[in-house]
Amino acid sequence: MNSKLTRWTLALLAHLAVLLAWYLFVRLGHVPKFVMPSPGATLDALLEPKYSWWTNVAVTGTEIFGGYLLALAAGVALALLFTWSKTLEAFFMPLLVSLNMIPKVALGPLIIVWFKYGVLPNSIMAFSIAVFPILLTTARGLREIEPELLDLVRSLKGSRWQLFAKIQLPGALPYIFSGMKVGAILAVAGAIVGEFLGSDKGLGYLMLQVQVTLDTPAMFMAVLLITMIGMLLYGVVLTLERLLVPKDARIG
Amino acid sequence: MAEPFIHLAGVRKDYGGHPAISDASFDVMPGELVALVGPSGCGKSTLLKILAGLHAHDGGELRIGSATHPFDPGRDVGMVFQAPLLLKWRRILENVLLPAEILGLPRAEARDRARGLLALVGLAGYEDKYPYELSGGMQQRAAIARALVHDPKLVLMDEPFGALDALTREKMNLELLRIWKEAGKTIVFVTHGISEAVFLGTRVVVLTAGPARMADNFEVELPHPRSLDIKTHERFGDYTRRIYRHLGME
Repeated sequence: MNSKLTRWTLALLAHLAVLLAWYLFVRLGHVPKFVMPSPGATLDALLEPKYSWWTNVAVTGTEIFGGYLLALAAGVALALLFTWSKTLEAFFMPLLVSLNMIPKVALGPLIIVWFKYGVLPNSIMAFSIAVFPILLTTARGLREIEPELLDLVRSLKGSRWQLFAKIQLPGALPYIFSGMKVGAILAVAGAIVGEFLGSDKGLGYLMLQVQVTLDTPAMFMAVLLITMIGMLLYGVVLTLERLLVPKDARIG
Repeated sequence: MAEPFIHLAGVRKDYGGHPAISDASFDVMPGELVALVGPSGCGKSTLLKILAGLHAHDGGELRIGSATHPFDPGRDVGMVFQAPLLLKWRRILENVLLPAEILGLPRAEARDRARGLLALVGLAGYEDKYPYELSGGMQQRAAIARALVHDPKLVLMDEPFGALDALTREKMNLELLRIWKEAGKTIVFVTHGISEAVFLGTRVVVLTAGPARMADNFEVELPHPRSLDIKTHERFGDYTRRIYRHLGME
């Protein structure tokens, strides 16, 4: 208990230290605001209604969470399909590994051609970049089952669904979560890149708008808000992992 | 003479054109503990999987169950392996319940039974622990309870104590004899331990490798209940020598 409290305190101190260093650097270095605003100036930008922060946060948040949930559902479903059919796996898996090598950012201009711009193409961007780690780690986790455990279930004439629900899925959860954590970080990057490439709403779009006027405080605030959306997503994933996976089985 | 529970006559299994088992012919009476002993590659695990209904045999006759002891291949088999294979995200009691869940047995009854079996294998008080909190020997005890939870007529054990240290193994041998007496199951026990086979078995079936075939099948006429003292019994030595001879180690 005591050590847990100490760890939290240290984590908080580290964040505060960065904030303080930032403040001192700007203040003592007399850094102009358009190069680097102070923490205070950044916070002031949040009070400025012309940036429509909440609308933009909602748009970017929808893209990230939407694309991510889609990636999670598709990744787990495809991985499951592969464990049920060796032929499907042999056919699709090498293809998926090749597709994974495509820099997803390079698909951005194409996605805009195909889906115009807005929330949908940016969600697709987030999806396409987050789905691979989730799919690959889930497929690996589902394959990890010991052959004797399979024998045990088969000797009792257990169904494929029972095998999945009682043994494969819970056994794969530590793997799924490790893929989900990587995917969460990538989904944020995907949505923002999408907004950079073509968009009329969202925090990434806003950053491009204010960049031309060297409105650095607003850009800083946008980055902070994007980070917080990412932390929220990551936090949800961590909490779920804590609830669903016993400590002993987690993958770091 | 009563009808045997398991009857094998000339059972054969081929792998890639080579026999993995041949000439397997022996009978097992209800409530017997049969030890299948032999070196690696003699087909003893394969034979166990055939008995479990996991593999088909390629020739010969195999019958499990009799008029007095009917056998349902879908629910009358319990299995124990070399590794405990407990699900690490489940507590011990939930692990023991797995076969009952797969078979869809009534929950409350299965839980009571699982608790009783955990007591039988000496794990009372460990129901709510996770597998990693138990030693290897204790995990294997839980695996034995799991193999008994759906009250199967036949328990198949594939080198269940092979991964344990020598002392724990001797202790588990004694425990198994006690559990077998109390649970009253027919057990087929695969091992490469020659003295383990004689110590546990009411009957020993010897399998050899290269060529894979059944070399011997004899009843072990040593008194029950057995204690470790029995290993100094003259007949114990005769039986182990008999097995060594078949395996060409004399």
